[in-house]
Amino acid sequence: MVFGIPVYPGSNCDRDVGWVIEKVLGQKVRYLWHRETDLSGIDCIVIPGGFSYGDYLRAGAMAKLSPVTESICDFAERGGLVMGICNGFQILLEAGLLPGAMLPNKTLSFICKFVNLRVENNKTPFTSLYKKGEVVSIPIAHAEGNYTCPPETLREIEENGQVVVRYSSPDGEVSEEFNPNGSLNNIAGICNKKGNVFGLMPHPERASEAILGSTDGLKMFQSIVQSLLKA
Amino acid sequence: MDRKVIEQHVTWEEYQKIVKLLGREPNLVELGIFSAMWSEHCSYKSSRPHLKKFPTEAPWVVQGPGENAGIIEVDEEKGICAAFKVESHNHPSFIEPFHGAATGVGGILRDVFTMGARPVACMDSLRFGELNDPKMRYVAKGVVSGISHYGNCVGVPTVGGEVYFDSCYQTNPLVNAFALGIVKKDKIFYARAAGVGNPVIYVGAKTGRDGIHGATMASEEFSSEEEVEKKVNVQVGDPFMEKLLIEACLEAMEKEGIVAIQDMGAAGLTSSSVEMASRGGVGVVLYLDKVPTREEGMTPYEIMLSESQERMLVVCEKGKEEEIMEVFRRWELDACVIGEVIEEPVLRLYWHGEKVAELPVKALTDEAPVYYRPFRIPSYIKENESYDQNSIPEPEDYNQVVKDLLTSPTIASKRWIWEQYDHMVQINTVVYPGSDAAVLRVKESRRGIAISSDCNSRYCYLNPYEGGKIAVAEAARNVACSGAVPRAITDCLNFGSPEDPEIMWQFVKATDGMADACSVLETPVVSGNVSFYNETVTEEGKRAVYPTPTVVCVGVLKDVEKRMTSFFKDSGDLLILLGESRGNVSGSEYQKLVTGDIAGRGQEIDLRFEKTLQRALVESIEAGLIKHAHDVSEGGIAVNLFESSFERELGFRVEFDDEIRSDFLLFGEDQSRVVISVSPEKLEDVLKFFEERTVPAKVIGKVTDDGRGVILHKGKELVNLSVSEMKRLYETALEKKLSGEC
Repeated sequence: MVFGIPVYPGSNCDRDVGWVIEKVLGQKVRYLWHRETDLSGIDCIVIPGGFSYGDYLRAGAMAKLSPVTESICDFAERGGLVMGICNGFQILLEAGLLPGAMLPNKTLSFICKFVNLRVENNKTPFTSLYKKGEVVSIPIAHAEGNYTCPPETLREIEENGQVVVRYSSPDGEVSEEFNPNGSLNNIAGICNKKGNVFGLMPHPERASEAILGSTDGLKMFQSIVQSLLKA
Repeated sequence: MDRKVIEQHVTWEEYQKIVKLLGREPNLVELGIFSAMWSEHCSYKSSRPHLKKFPTEAPWVVQGPGENAGIIEVDEEKGICAAFKVESHNHPSFIEPFHGAATGVGGILRDVFTMGARPVACMDSLRFGELNDPKMRYVAKGVVSGISHYGNCVGVPTVGGEVYFDSCYQTNPLVNAFALGIVKKDKIFYARAAGVGNPVIYVGAKTGRDGIHGATMASEEFSSEEEVEKKVNVQVGDPFMEKLLIEACLEAMEKEGIVAIQDMGAAGLTSSSVEMASRGGVGVVLYLDKVPTREEGMTPYEIMLSESQERMLVVCEKGKEEEIMEVFRRWELDACVIGEVIEEPVLRLYWHGEKVAELPVKALTDEAPVYYRPFRIPSYIKENESYDQNSIPEPEDYNQVVKDLLTSPTIASKRWIWEQYDHMVQINTVVYPGSDAAVLRVKESRRGIAISSDCNSRYCYLNPYEGGKIAVAEAARNVACSGAVPRAITDCLNFGSPEDPEIMWQFVKATDGMADACSVLETPVVSGNVSFYNETVTEEGKRAVYPTPTVVCVGVLKDVEKRMTSFFKDSGDLLILLGESRGNVSGSEYQKLVTGDIAGRGQEIDLRFEKTLQRALVESIEAGLIKHAHDVSEGGIAVNLFESSFERELGFRVEFDDEIRSDFLLFGEDQSRVVISVSPEKLEDVLKFFEERTVPAKVIGKVTDDGRGVILHKGKELVNLSVSEMKRLYETALEKKLSGEC
């Protein structure tokens, strides 16, 4: 199985994602320089975190203009699996593959810490190995993860089950107290209507090995592998 | 040349020396180059004779001082090494906190990847004044966001550091940035130019007018009116550019053909070209009109002295330049040949075909002045000798003292700060900030790397010699508490003006102490820098910071899986104090809290015992005998116990019977003490283990599950507090103080 990891100038979690896919999961990785357009032979795209183009203008705003992003859009259009982590999520929003936008965190500062997430939808190819309602511990690291969208979009994504993970208490309680960044409805990650494009602010690659304190994120990558095997 | 212009650059005596060396008067470009190269910052002219005291060698040291960073071996079998250095960015950070601190991070990262090492960790040692001053709150917040902005964006985790608050830093905060990178032993790059005819390539950001004379600025004291004027001298960093530069440099280094590489740090193009030529014993010719500039009309003088960030100088084999430059261009960076290596050891500069400077490299480096500055014992040292700590009134409410200590900014949790730093990116951080030392795994090796930054400047002020020893010992002790053998240190010596004999005395004594500690603890100095003139002219006269020789110790864990944290693990575990309490509160946080000042002879340390303790500790961790280890430092044993209880919100109950006044016992900061915990079935083995190694070990109590922190002395209950309540106070105190709430 081949995972494509686009590398934009300023991406900085590309190697981390690559490490988990290669060394922990035992799958193949192809790094795609942002000028590349050929995605043939790739089974899944994981857009890594970082500060593509320094986050100048707006997080993800420049990356959407990169040639590789255009190819990723076609790939997603054809039903290919695309996951965007952190800055990758921001890029997916900017590219219009997912609805909504990001605002600066309510604290107005960067936040790096472990948070608890409640899995809302385990019917996606990215979360199939989790139980619905399961609470997992995965870190966040971002300055702009305050998800927002118009009320009608919010209603739609909630009704369609597009909200995949939500910030919660260790017991799964969803409330403002456990919302690290001010995100609407505690949204941490969403998918598109078809379910083949998924973006989330937390970093599953940072919670995929016991030595790092949590392996809760690994199931996300394992879910992808299983979904691809089934397909 | 006008005497006024001369004295803006160098002293009159130095000018005479220049004229003698050249056999003629220098022109303005040349004078500017001399002023930068002969500045305290670049030439170490006041400190050099004293730095020679430091031990710099050990079998595991691959590169000692003199290069961009020091290097030690981490995994001999696999040839994996760690390159690291700490450097000051004090002056820029006070003038412009955000950019000053950010560029400090950028500069130290370049020092590390210049050596071919991929940066894997940053740390910052910060010192601020009291937070009731709104200006200081602005500075502290600005510095933290600058570090966060830069470090997070380049994708290098900031894995820890230290933050102290004291009024001595009110007008002179300290920002010391540390970085560590991983490099294969056979892939180390040096900054030694070689090969006559080899091209000199300029890569990275364009040159602008920012930071001109930054190195000279760092070698002067401030007067407050000048601050604004100097604002133009602070460089602006671009972490995005730095990230591209890291990737491009590391990729270019994979190609054959790079002979030498050096970042343009302080004194920019001047120091990078001169130092590369000097180390290689060759000369360099530069065509300054070829340097990419950001602004129109820049002069040779400005180009040579600009400190624009994110720039590197590369010497490569002739004929390989296109291939090397192609890598940089692919990363969308400027790269062009601006000169070449020549045999004659001179720096020769051309501007549109016209020669504008020619200086012997030796005159700029080896011939730089060395000052054996006079020193004398300050009067306060003598006055302090008669201090009697019994003059401190014994507290009535010990619970209140514990609360006050846990919420004092120096002791309070720095979570508010380190949560703004990405401390996890690169997925190597296996002990997060908040423990005694940060621990990193080394991918593809079983080894781990532990890092701790320390310096209690109050001890250094009261007794610079002992304080210098303690700075090294404490950093090493913290590393040992994580299970790593301390291997080497890097230091950043922050002092006032060396022209003041009393300050110079502090410097001499503190470095004496450090040298002794490094030699006993077998932690040579492999890199570092000196920052003098950390003083400000105020209405009440000159005000220098306490002597602050920041020490960052790097240690190696044989097996990273055996790493230890400073937090209690399970209730029922027994608590053991290693080392002995004497009840010395001189220079302690408690003394400062109660009396508003520090006095006495400071703390003292027995280095032989310290080494015995550290070695035994590491051995006990490797053998899997103990469950937590936390060194007793600021706030004494009472604070130590609460700090260890917070992570899991476990309680503790301890009882002492020492014949020492209770407050001195609980809050004294005697050195060489560590609290450990063991499971009951291992108690006997552990006590025997330490007895055999001549380390006093005494059971003082146990970890409990009732969530209370209880301390008794000779049967009397002095402290009984809720751990979760103390945790809340401890974790929110700093943020409250920074927002001006209290």
